[in-house]
Amino acid sequence: MAGRAQPVNPVWGSVAAAVVAAAILGALCAVFWRAEASLGLGPSDWAAIRFTVLQAALSATFSAVLAVPVARALARRQFAARGALVTLLGAPFILPVIVAVFGLLAVFGRSGWVSTVLGWVGLPPLHIYGLHGVVLAHVFFNLPLATRLLLQGWRDVPSEQFRLAAQLSFGAGETARLIERPMLARTLPGVWAVIFAICVTSFAVALTLGGGPRATTVELAIFQAFSFDFDLSRAAWLSVIQIALAGIAAVIALRLTPFEALGTGLDRPVRRWDVGARRLIAQDTMLITLAALFLLLPLSAIVLSGLAAIWHLPVQVWHAAGLSVLVALGSTAVLLSLALPMSWAIAAGSASRVEVAGILGLAASPLVIGTGFFVMLNPFVNPQSLALPVTALVNALMALPFALRILVPGAREVARGYGRLALSLDMRGWPYLRHVLLPRLMPRIGFAAGLAAALSMGDLGVIALFADPELATLPLQMYRLMAAYQMETAAGAGLLLLVLSLVLFWAFDAGGRRGAAA
Amino acid sequence: MLRLDAVTFQNGSFRLAADLNVAKRRKVAVMGPSGSGKSTLVNGVAGFHEAITGRLFWDGAEITAMAPGKRPVAMLFQDGNLFPHLSVRQNAALGVRPDLKLSVGDWTRVDAALAEVGLGDLGARKPAELSGGQQSRAALARVLSQARPILILDEPFAALGPALKHEMLDLVERLVEETGATLLMVTHDPGDATRIADDIILVEGGQAHPPSSATKMLANPSPALRAYLG
Repeated sequence: MAGRAQPVNPVWGSVAAAVVAAAILGALCAVFWRAEASLGLGPSDWAAIRFTVLQAALSATFSAVLAVPVARALARRQFAARGALVTLLGAPFILPVIVAVFGLLAVFGRSGWVSTVLGWVGLPPLHIYGLHGVVLAHVFFNLPLATRLLLQGWRDVPSEQFRLAAQLSFGAGETARLIERPMLARTLPGVWAVIFAICVTSFAVALTLGGGPRATTVELAIFQAFSFDFDLSRAAWLSVIQIALAGIAAVIALRLTPFEALGTGLDRPVRRWDVGARRLIAQDTMLITLAALFLLLPLSAIVLSGLAAIWHLPVQVWHAAGLSVLVALGSTAVLLSLALPMSWAIAAGSASRVEVAGILGLAASPLVIGTGFFVMLNPFVNPQSLALPVTALVNALMALPFALRILVPGAREVARGYGRLALSLDMRGWPYLRHVLLPRLMPRIGFAAGLAAALSMGDLGVIALFADPELATLPLQMYRLMAAYQMETAAGAGLLLLVLSLVLFWAFDAGGRRGAAA
Repeated sequence: MLRLDAVTFQNGSFRLAADLNVAKRRKVAVMGPSGSGKSTLVNGVAGFHEAITGRLFWDGAEITAMAPGKRPVAMLFQDGNLFPHLSVRQNAALGVRPDLKLSVGDWTRVDAALAEVGLGDLGARKPAELSGGQQSRAALARVLSQARPILILDEPFAALGPALKHEMLDLVERLVEETGATLLMVTHDPGDATRIADDIILVEGGQAHPPSSATKMLANPSPALRAYLG
């Protein structure tokens, strides 16, 4: 109905999309131009490709398969902390990778809690560097995501089906066969593909827990070609390989996932009549407890080990924290100035090119874009002097697909609900933005800004590529402390990083919701 | 006079032809079966659907290519007539200036409009804090402060109970009489038409027929109207 005209001009969205496309495609072109295909694929390249695919496939399989019983338990049980637990499942998304890795080491590492317990009964300690560690960390991040996506699948089953099941006195077995398995057959491939795509481009996990000839991902190999060998053309060639890998993974993921990844309303369970058996209740209780422990133990490890050190952190850590906050705020500003006009243009329905620009970021990884920018900047300036702005920009580009997924439905709602009224009142441009669109979108803007700020705050990617030894954001500083075995200071820095990420997310998110209520 | 000169409105793949005049100050009910194009007709007059042929005139001046906000039309939609985050007074004030930069005199006009619809002391409330009937009144206050010569109702009172709907139609009738506006009102209910309308425009088979007297049409319905009324 309201497709003809909208009170905001979609031209600004097209301009923003052009900027995004230029930045990403420019970086890709630079990489292709600099890459020397004559290098071919050496044995170490093949090893990196194999390891990348293997760890991503294992991570996706474990996350998706383990998420099934956990999501089923959450879908059919009501208990006091259920809402809190579902919220906690969203936390790994904004948790800095380096902080999570630190927590996982504290729990599952050689001298971690689990190894200590194993020592009491005479068993050898765990060893989590290499493939085990990379997969463990990826499962830590993606099991909650998979659980949330599957929970969405359960919620999308019409509640009448469960009522019908009660009428026909289904047991849990019949429900599984007739209702749950068909739903899982539709959703699981998509869940697997999304996690596979995420793990293909994951960098910080491989940097901290992988490495060596047998556990190097392509993304990590790019970094090593850069920082250890100073071999720009090899880094560019590896980037081309990574573009192919990530592009294929992203296309598969987009094909297989029709659902909304950040759905709300997951905290409302459907009433069920088929799952009262005591054995099932015990089983679900155990599963939910295990999943909660798997999430909570590493987080508590960070808090416990960091509390002592956070009060006397060295000045470099505070300095790095300050820089990180600046980068995060700058990145959030860039993100919003791109994502807002793009979401309006997409909602106006006139620009599918804008949408394509929005998902370009999914196909390119941070280190590939970073390499491309390095190649482009290198002839003109010292890229290291632009480390912070480039980091902020790349972080914004990486957050863009998520931000659009949050903003576009809201912008569509406003256009559908109020576009005609605004037009009939002759409201356009700034008055419309100020009095209608921005206030209506404020909760979503706050949420998107919070995600972008937290993601940028915890990012350990491009900054590792560009930074000189004198300069560090907080995640990089923490990584350097860990590499130097200053574990206590690293723990303090980790806690500080965790707190800052959560505070940034909370401040934007709550600010957005308050802005809407005012 | 509102004149639709051999107009065809396009709404998606649907087309509606109209060649008719509505005299000033007339109150016209737009009736017809579901999907016949009643909404397309009034939304076309309001400027939300393109006229792919023909021309529209108001008072002799052509309005065919005018943007919705520039037309001499104020409209009440089925829903979404109020911005939920703005106060009732602000909502009404949008009818005067969409940037809400009103002079003292303008605000006086807005307050008069609110008093006129019986919401004089509820201006500070948000729409959600009002009852359904009060929300309709607030929307009418907005329409009043728009002060446009044509008022279009696209079934805005459909969700109200019968008593409340009659109350609103009486209020509309009073406001239209006072302001001298021309009224186009989509309705399913012949009772609405007899209550308020002078004329009826029958819409059926992709065509909007010229208005003719409501009493006569309802007393002696054409075959098409009889098929619709049942």
